Amino acid sequence: MGFTLEELRKFRAEKKAEFRNLPGRTHYILTCGGTACQSNKGEELFNALNDEAKKQGLADKVQIVRTGCFGFCEKGPIVKVLPENNFYVEVKPEDAAEIIDVNVKQGKELTRLEFKRPDGTPEPKAAKGGGHAELPPIGFYQKQVRVVLRNCGVINPEDINEYIANDGYLGLEKVLFEWSQEKIIEEMKASGMRGRGGAGFPTWLKWDFARKAPGDVKYVICNADEGDPGAYMDRSTVEGDPHSVIEGMITAGKAIGSHQGFVYIRAEYPLAVHRLEIALKQAQENGFLGKDILGSGFDFDIEIRLGAGAFVCGEETALIQSIEGNRGMPTPKPPFPANKGLWQKPTIINNVETLANIPVITAKGGAWLAAMGTEKSKGTKVFALTGKVQNSGLVEVPMGTTLREIIFEIGGGIKNGRKFKGVQTGGPSGGILTEQFLDTPIDFDSLTANGSMMGSGGMIVMDEDDCVVDVARFYMDFCVDESCGKCSPCRIGTTQILKLLEKITNGNGEESDIEKLDRIGKAMAKASLCALGQTAANPTVSTIKNFKDEYLEHIKDKKCRAGKCKKLLSYAIDLEACIGCSLCAKKCPGECITQLPDVPAGKKKAPFVIDASKCLKCGECFNCCKFKAVVRV
Amino acid sequence: MACQCATTADDAKFPPDLVSFIDDWKVKPGCLIMILHKTQETFGFISRASAEQISAMTGISLARIYGVITFYHFFKTAKPGKYKTSVCLGTACYLKGGGDLIEEARSILGIAPDEVTPDGLFSIDEVRCVGCCGLAPVMVVANETYGKLTKDKLSGIFDTYREKG
Ligand SMILES: Cc1cc2nc3c(=O)[nH]c(=O)nc-3n(C[C@H](O)[C@H](O)[C@H](O)COP(=O)(O)O)c2cc1C
Ligand code: SF4
Ligand code: SF4
Ligand code: SF4
Ligand code: FES
Repeated sequence: MGFTLEELRKFRAEKKAEFRNLPGRTHYILTCGGTACQSNKGEELFNALNDEAKKQGLADKVQIVRTGCFGFCEKGPIVKVLPENNFYVEVKPEDAAEIIDVNVKQGKELTRLEFKRPDGTPEPKAAKGGGHAELPPIGFYQKQVRVVLRNCGVINPEDINEYIANDGYLGLEKVLFEWSQEKIIEEMKASGMRGRGGAGFPTWLKWDFARKAPGDVKYVICNADEGDPGAYMDRSTVEGDPHSVIEGMITAGKAIGSHQGFVYIRAEYPLAVHRLEIALKQAQENGFLGKDILGSGFDFDIEIRLGAGAFVCGEETALIQSIEGNRGMPTPKPPFPANKGLWQKPTIINNVETLANIPVITAKGGAWLAAMGTEKSKGTKVFALTGKVQNSGLVEVPMGTTLREIIFEIGGGIKNGRKFKGVQTGGPSGGILTEQFLDTPIDFDSLTANGSMMGSGGMIVMDEDDCVVDVARFYMDFCVDESCGKCSPCRIGTTQILKLLEKITNGNGEESDIEKLDRIGKAMAKASLCALGQTAANPTVSTIKNFKDEYLEHIKDKKCRAGKCKKLLSYAIDLEACIGCSLCAKKCPGECITQLPDVPAGKKKAPFVIDASKCLKCGECFNCCKFKAVVRV
Repeated sequence: MACQCATTADDAKFPPDLVSFIDDWKVKPGCLIMILHKTQETFGFISRASAEQISAMTGISLARIYGVITFYHFFKTAKPGKYKTSVCLGTACYLKGGGDLIEEARSILGIAPDEVTPDGLFSIDEVRCVGCCGLAPVMVVANETYGKLTKDKLSGIFDTYREKG
């Protein structure tokens, strides 16, 4: 049977006192159970730690917990040991014995596994005896504020008790027993919360529309489709802290008068689906879902619906079509889902990250969140920082943090000493921002003003080896695949733009193409039915604006400075550097590399040359030569 | 080759858990996609015969079922290799050489898109982000994720699966 309110309060107090403070246990080992670390032998590591603890007779002294993502995916798998707050990176299953022996048995630090600066010097450590959620004060974490990710890397997402112990379902008590629908919405308004799914629509307003919409049957949908290729914030949130999403949905349900929720989640995220299933079951068993929640009289339940790999289904009306079992094609707005949504009933659709913020807002009050951020964007934003940055990972920063802080302080700058070129935000709907925007505080409005978008939170860093024309082509290729084909501006426009971009990257571009691209982009923005088509040209248009010289270089000089557009390259062998090993000639699929007849003085073998007229420009020779004798010209 | 469409009836012997899944779900509105997921989970793909059987069991027309299958990239109508391989071509992986990886993987296995190796072991798909961008470039073989991959590691990975047979 589920909890009553009284029981829940008592239970929470008990669990809180016990949390990472169990009688008889001296140590707690937290290992990352996110997909990235799991796939990096995280599973074996977890098992090895358990086996070793048993073997060394310490199984009852140490609790080993699989948590959600610590964010520092670049250096995963991560292991944290409490109470010392030791933070180990790139831990392998083979390290388990030593961790148990040195850290648990002897109570010493295993310095070998600690995170070190690139020059090998040690990084500062988290304060001893700091809270169990404390993270080391290394550059990666210094400017981060973990609100959405508050429980990721802290609790076991498969155990509802650990969520409860960390103030889980605390806000829900107010929502169910103290607050009216109006009061919930008022608190949302005070928080300044705007939707994290991309558009930044005020959450309170959406909820208020649905609340006011007439009807007894209403729905709450959590959008966990996360289609932006190169982003995984929502996945990590669901994997690391599924109950916060559930609590957010129950709150939304109460606010608008809905009794049924759906989570629409990508089938490509099996671990997230699995964790969500466990969480839903535990929430049902403990009386947080179902009839008469905690004895409040309010009913609400949640079902999972799987997506099936269509980006457009992240769009609200297409998502609704998909849950209804149809092809996921958007429908015109109005009517808006808040009035006529799923099965024609009033429906709100919120993003995972939006919903994961809700329990904090209800527990701490809207003003708490509103104290963080910029004038019009409050709270934090989670970004999936990837690409050519030192520290790839999941980062959460207050709105208004600058790109420079994120990329160079948190991200540790560009990999391999290369030069920063730009950063892509907003995925297929966004743009690439250049160096000159590095010091702009970022929020919904500043990104839009500068020709990009917040999007869902993908942040992909590019260096001088990346070609912006090629990246624009990449996104357009994606949009051609993902356009649902319902309306012609998008269906035809995306194909036309892709053709033009391919023409340019293949070396056949003409100067007039740039203007054509711009014109098609504008037409699509105006005439497309849904936001996919309306924004699909953004990566193209923004790169034309910010990197026009590179487009012109491709078109006029037939040159790609990044060396990405293979058709624009030619290869040659530096006769001085070539030692005549013949490797490239063997690998060349075009049989266009031959040896010169004469062995030059001072060399053992004659060098090779490329017959440029036969070359297929595959780059194989360039990649295989160990003596850097093949050069791109 | 002779027409294959009538010879796949055996594929569609639905195991009891699939049958009961369909029976549970078919009364719910919007059930089709969930049923297709379960079917693909069972067989690895959705054959013509499976689609027909779903149609018979649910009363949803075959035309509608195919309309849905063809709309969603996740649903496959041809049998994939035993070790279904996906190379990520999401943005992070693309920038770090995912495109070269997939070319190399296909050339090692000697298969084109939508083909399966003659021994039935491998097929290669491109996917858009598997959510491990921090480990880019990424490849998934039979639900096992390989991160920070380089071309020279590919042969070895395929070999380990080939040895398993
Ligand atoms: C093509 C397209 C794809 C989208 N993909 C997603 C997505 O994957 N996740 C998401 O939360 N929102 C996505 N959105 C935005 C949603 O339509 C919707 O605005 C959002 O889920 C609303 O939630 P929010 O108010 O909490 O942000 C997408 C929009 C478009 C046009
Ligand atoms: S804009 Fe594109 S994705 Fe949207 S409805 Fe039109 S064709 Fe479909
Ligand atoms: S691989 Fe390099 S060194 Fe060897 S023959 Fe070719 S160019 Fe010369
Ligand atoms: S680029 Fe390819 S085809 Fe051209 S010379 Fe090198 S290996 Fe041969
Ligand atoms: S882009 Fe490849 S895992 Fe995200």
